[in-house]
Amino acid sequence: MSNLFPACGSLSHFNRRTLLTAAGASGLCWLTPVAEILARDAEQTRSARAKSVILLWLQGGPSQLETFDPHPGKRIAGGAKAIKTSLPGVSLAAGMEQTAELMDSVALVRSVVSKEGDHERATYNVKTGFRPDPTLVHPSIGAVVCHELPVGGCEIPRHVSILPGAWPGRGGYLGDRYDAFQTFDPLGPIPDVTKRVSDERFDQRLKSLDVVERAFARRRLRDLEERKTLQSTTIGAAVKMMSSEQLKAFDVQEEPQSVRDQFGDTPFGRGCLAAARLVEVGVRCVEVELGGWDSHANNHEIQTSRVKELDPALASLIRMLKERDLFDETIVLCGGEFGRTPNINPAGGRDHWPHGFSVLLAGGGIRGGVVLGETDPEGGKLEHPEEFEMSPGKGIQVANIHATVLHALGIQYKKELMTHVNRPMAISKGDAIPELLL
Amino acid sequence: MLARRLLFGLVCVAGLTALLGGLLYGTANGPADPPGYDPARFHNAEFREVVQRVNQEFEERWQEAGVSPAPRASDLAIMRRISLGLTGTVPSLEEIRLYEEARPEHAEQWWLSRLFPDRRYADYVAERLARAYVGTENGPVLLYRRRRFVLWLSDQLHENIPYDQLVRQLISDTGVWTDKPAVNFLTATCTEDNGSQPDPVRLASRTTRAFLGVRLDCMQCHDDNLEGRWEQSDFHELAAFFAPASSSLKGIRDKSQAEYEYQYLYADEEVVVSPEPPFNAELLEPGGAPREQLARWVTNDQNKPFARTMVNRAWALLFGKPLVAPIDSIPLEGPYPPGLETLADDFVAHDYDLRRLFRVIAATDAFQRDSQADFEITLDHEDAWAVFPLTRLRPEQVAGGLLQAASLATIDADSHIIKKLIRFGQESEFVKRYGDMGEDEFDDRGGTAPQRLLMLNGKLVKERTEPNPVLNASSRIARLAPSDEKAVDTAYLAVLSRSPAAEEKEYFVNTLRGAKGNQRARRMEDLYWTLINSTEFSWNH
Repeated sequence: MSNLFPACGSLSHFNRRTLLTAAGASGLCWLTPVAEILARDAEQTRSARAKSVILLWLQGGPSQLETFDPHPGKRIAGGAKAIKTSLPGVSLAAGMEQTAELMDSVALVRSVVSKEGDHERATYNVKTGFRPDPTLVHPSIGAVVCHELPVGGCEIPRHVSILPGAWPGRGGYLGDRYDAFQTFDPLGPIPDVTKRVSDERFDQRLKSLDVVERAFARRRLRDLEERKTLQSTTIGAAVKMMSSEQLKAFDVQEEPQSVRDQFGDTPFGRGCLAAARLVEVGVRCVEVELGGWDSHANNHEIQTSRVKELDPALASLIRMLKERDLFDETIVLCGGEFGRTPNINPAGGRDHWPHGFSVLLAGGGIRGGVVLGETDPEGGKLEHPEEFEMSPGKGIQVANIHATVLHALGIQYKKELMTHVNRPMAISKGDAIPELLL
Repeated sequence: MLARRLLFGLVCVAGLTALLGGLLYGTANGPADPPGYDPARFHNAEFREVVQRVNQEFEERWQEAGVSPAPRASDLAIMRRISLGLTGTVPSLEEIRLYEEARPEHAEQWWLSRLFPDRRYADYVAERLARAYVGTENGPVLLYRRRRFVLWLSDQLHENIPYDQLVRQLISDTGVWTDKPAVNFLTATCTEDNGSQPDPVRLASRTTRAFLGVRLDCMQCHDDNLEGRWEQSDFHELAAFFAPASSSLKGIRDKSQAEYEYQYLYADEEVVVSPEPPFNAELLEPGGAPREQLARWVTNDQNKPFARTMVNRAWALLFGKPLVAPIDSIPLEGPYPPGLETLADDFVAHDYDLRRLFRVIAATDAFQRDSQADFEITLDHEDAWAVFPLTRLRPEQVAGGLLQAASLATIDADSHIIKKLIRFGQESEFVKRYGDMGEDEFDDRGGTAPQRLLMLNGKLVKERTEPNPVLNASSRIARLAPSDEKAVDTAYLAVLSRSPAAEEKEYFVNTLRGAKGNQRARRMEDLYWTLINSTEFSWNH
């Protein structure tokens, strides 16, 4: 970055006061200046209103039958009950009462299919829209959104993972700087953002660090910073974040108790509340994870306990986004890496099932009150057509969901990005689904 | 009683002060040459020959790529690489002083001779290998003991058990996981999903990736649709070797009758799959349980992928980057990068002696290149190994380095147990925050803002740099260094394993000038903080 903004080369430049005086030349953010200029350019030509994504990630594989796609009375239901929703003729599983009232605001795809039945591989597939590839790592959707959309005035990480499990969103070939910033139950402090010494001493330390950095870079790899270490870029970003007012968005205790109660007194509920506050200050993608869906035994009990946390949080999130006029600017996505088998195994469990599972979408650019696709009430597999095709018995590929979301955000998803192995790669290989778009 | 304790305390403090005084003035006590270091050994034709051959291959590669190699790195830079790669920490000031006194002819060999008998080597390399063998998860609660397994691996490395023997035991051992720790390789897969029995599918995948450098995982479900060599049957025929293995209260056994059945893609029904290696099938010898046959086949001297895979891994441990990437995907038919075949042949010829393998790699020109040069260094130089590649250190290397740098004396197996426990606790918390890379051990990545936050403001950096005359090097240097110059020199050696450049020395001596008592301790804390937050500290170079 020193090529473009020579003044930014020194680390001591990154202290708060200097930043305030030089606010205009804010090349010092989570993107390199080049990317930021490109992103600004993109901003001027954007027409889509949506600009953030909240991904409610249900790790472990939620059962479609006990969440968004019940088949009451059928053998495969195993006795699970369903409830009516605000959409005539559409049911959700019992336990989803609050979400059921909002069905006219959301779109539901009940026929998602993939070829990945292993947690890690399937998580990769659903988070990136691509199957794992031994030659490169694809960026997850949050990283793509951060890469493609403008920085705006955001000083804190634009890609955040709350309650991350084993596989939070990654930058992949876009680089580690697009990795999600990981943080935990919003009741606790945000890790490592508070200085341990006085401002004066901290600034002095950064100034001294310049001396050591210069000595190290001498006679070493050309463009050491850009090509390898990102050291001063990341320190700059870290320092900027430390003094940002926007950090308060993480603090859900600023919300009245009554609001917090609606989301549920759970880490996931608080995570969803924090997510709404974060998109309000300009964060591009927040993942909030709710784990524990992997019900190989005692399926019904496990799913019921998860749904109990999911329903109030999901519904309250949608309501809050609407109240705060953020619903049109934010896309809510809710789903897991695959569904669960229609057949119940001898342990009362359901196993992994990528042949027909549900994903919920809502918000900016997404048509509400749509239910797309259906699964076989007798428990058969859906077909896996390569191209998008809306017809009974055929599934919808994960990549098409990605293309739809990216399209709603105004991102040219067929555009190719250059990867570090010099291989051009389309942002998505799917097609946007017209039925889901406004 | 109290008087006696006080006296004991005083004696300790006096002894320690004397030792530290020595360290700060640049002297140390101890044997100059470690056992196992005999300079003649590294002059002998047989050792030189293999090193020369590898050097020749790299020379050709550099010419082909049209790049000039960097000059040789300093002894201390090379020792730092070896310590990070094989013990997960930086050399202590105490160790650096020993080296300065000995000035051995072959610094890297002298250094390896010191580290091999040290438990830090066995423990650290065991954990690295365990990542490839059983992953990082804690696994099935009752049937699997990861820590026991790692300890066992460490014992094997400490004894320098030949690598082929170690792997045969992993694949074919029987018994109870607590008593025969090698069987944890199997019980790690005894998940509930799999009825608490060893899972042939996962074992086949592990075996090929960890020991043979072949990725067959995709073939679990379909034929190879990339280069077309593999069929789905290759995977399941390999998995069939593990089918008889079963777990009970008596531990892991092999049933005499056990068939592996599988329904292939596009097939109408399940078929019985008989065990068959996916390549080099002529090397399979009959006799013994199927797992024993498999173990002998994997480690057969003619089964070169076995040796190549360990060479690639040993290379990655020392360089922070494998010769062939990804680390567990080495083409069976080549072409191979310089060094790989020669090193693999040498590894087989010397009975899979891991220590020799590390010695040979460390002696090569490639390993000893500097990461600095008087010409402009580009990524092409790194790709051709004409300069030492810059790689980001793993979180536990950063933590280990930080803890060691904050202590002037070596923290090793002989350190006080309390010190070791503190180290263990602090290290694991730090690693979690810094971001454990799991099994993606040698991915090439830049740093991230959250990592920087942890280094700028994290608890561990604070605790190990703040004024603390008992625990922290910064305070002890502030108090005991005979001059400002000596204080700056010492901090650089302890943290970055080098002396400061002229302008660095001038700058930091100025920050210390005239500071006394607590103020001086705080200035030293600032210096320590600064060095620990530098790129140089958290990268291998």
